Amino acid sequence: MTSLWSKTIGAGDKWSGIIGKGKLLRFTALAPNANLSLMLFNANDLTERYNMPDTLKAQYTAHLTRGNVLMSDNGRVLASIVEDELGWHDTITGFTTREATDAKYGPTRYQEKRNEWLRSGYENFAVELVRNGLGVRDMGPVVNLFTKVFCDDEGRMIYDAAHCKEGAAVTLRTDMDVLLVLSNTPNPLNPSPEYPAAAVQLDITAAPGFDPATDYCFHFRSENRRAFENTAEYDLLSGR
Amino acid sequence: MTAFNRIESKLSPDTAISDEIVLAGDGWMKELEPGQVLRIVDLEGNQAADTLFFDADNPEDHYSAVATIAGQGNIYLTTGSVLRAESGKELLKIVADTCGRHDTVGGSCSAQSNTVRYAHEKLQMHNCRDTFMLQLAKRDGGYTKRDLAPNVNFFMNVPVTPDGGLRFADGVSAPGCYVELESICRTTVLISNCPQLNNPCNAYNPTPIRVLIWNP
Ligand SMILES: [Zn+2]
Repeated sequence: MTSLWSKTIGAGDKWSGIIGKGKLLRFTALAPNANLSLMLFNANDLTERYNMPDTLKAQYTAHLTRGNVLMSDNGRVLASIVEDELGWHDTITGFTTREATDAKYGPTRYQEKRNEWLRSGYENFAVELVRNGLGVRDMGPVVNLFTKVFCDDEGRMIYDAAHCKEGAAVTLRTDMDVLLVLSNTPNPLNPSPEYPAAAVQLDITAAPGFDPATDYCFHFRSENRRAFENTAEYDLLSGR
Repeated sequence: MTAFNRIESKLSPDTAISDEIVLAGDGWMKELEPGQVLRIVDLEGNQAADTLFFDADNPEDHYSAVATIAGQGNIYLTTGSVLRAESGKELLKIVADTCGRHDTVGGSCSAQSNTVRYAHEKLQMHNCRDTFMLQLAKRDGGYTKRDLAPNVNFFMNVPVTPDGGLRFADGVSAPGCYVELESICRTTVLISNCPQLNNPCNAYNPTPIRVLIWNP
């Protein structure tokens, strides 16, 4: 299907925008070891946002892949993962701060490096949140697309550096009108001393009509079905 | 076998400057000064104390579960864990813990998540997010729902498996188990003593906790 809109999000870049319900967002890693952090909000009520604990608890998982839905703090489905070539996306390791970025990659400043200075996740998100009428109080867990971090029996977190290959893709479907906020900044647990350089391409197309009878994510768990039912009730009452 | 790190405190309840009981389903919100120590006691065992923290001097900077666990490279909290805000700022440090492990990825219960996790008709049940919001409502407009981030679940055991699964295991706490935190900066503490009646972890019987504070 021809893309409605495409964008390449380079290493260190950020982007935010409103995306209506019923779109497919295909994210492709243009190099190995990508990590694209995303936040999601209900575009019509920015106080409603992605809730990591509710998403994980309801689906009895500590990672995200096809079939999983991204739930809001109001028990609704903001987006669902409809295709996935990686099998694992992280949502428990967050984003980097300025301090951590300087400590790991060495201090970089605009004054010396111009636009080659190294961006942090916190600063990228702060800018885009403020730009959309939000602020740092709206910071919370992100989905780190393309990243796998797993825990051993003692709880130690292990970053899988072989997880994301060049060309690997994952597709989200918007199930509400959302504000999408992106930051292409390193995963905090990526041990590489080099600032990762993987760009990510985003292609947006229209999703096929949503059919509860056959939808994979709807039937993935009974919890998902109830979250979709909550979304349908919201649409009914708000006339969307 | 999974390790649990149990460290006892030397502090005596006789010298505490504050000693309160928070009944099941109730909330508690208070500021800690730098160096003050907060102890939360699980009086009857396997109760969840859902707790959030804010930088009292800059409440927009709230506790971050993911910055905390990524910062220490371990998903469980216990003695030695430094609890961080979203900015990376260090808020408090766990200095004693006779339970040995606490969860911070499971979040709090809410009316809406109860409809998803259990059934639509659970919407009316009392829940931690309502308790949090009732406490925030007493703070003359300073806080809103936007300030409610994923919290710590003291005394809860939510093991994450190497293949990325999440389980709600039987409690690892017992009557009298406690956790103690030393405040690094001025910190606001917000507790919801969980009223969850759908989760077998507490044998469907929420119970009181005790909260003590010591001066440095
Ligand atoms: Zn609760």
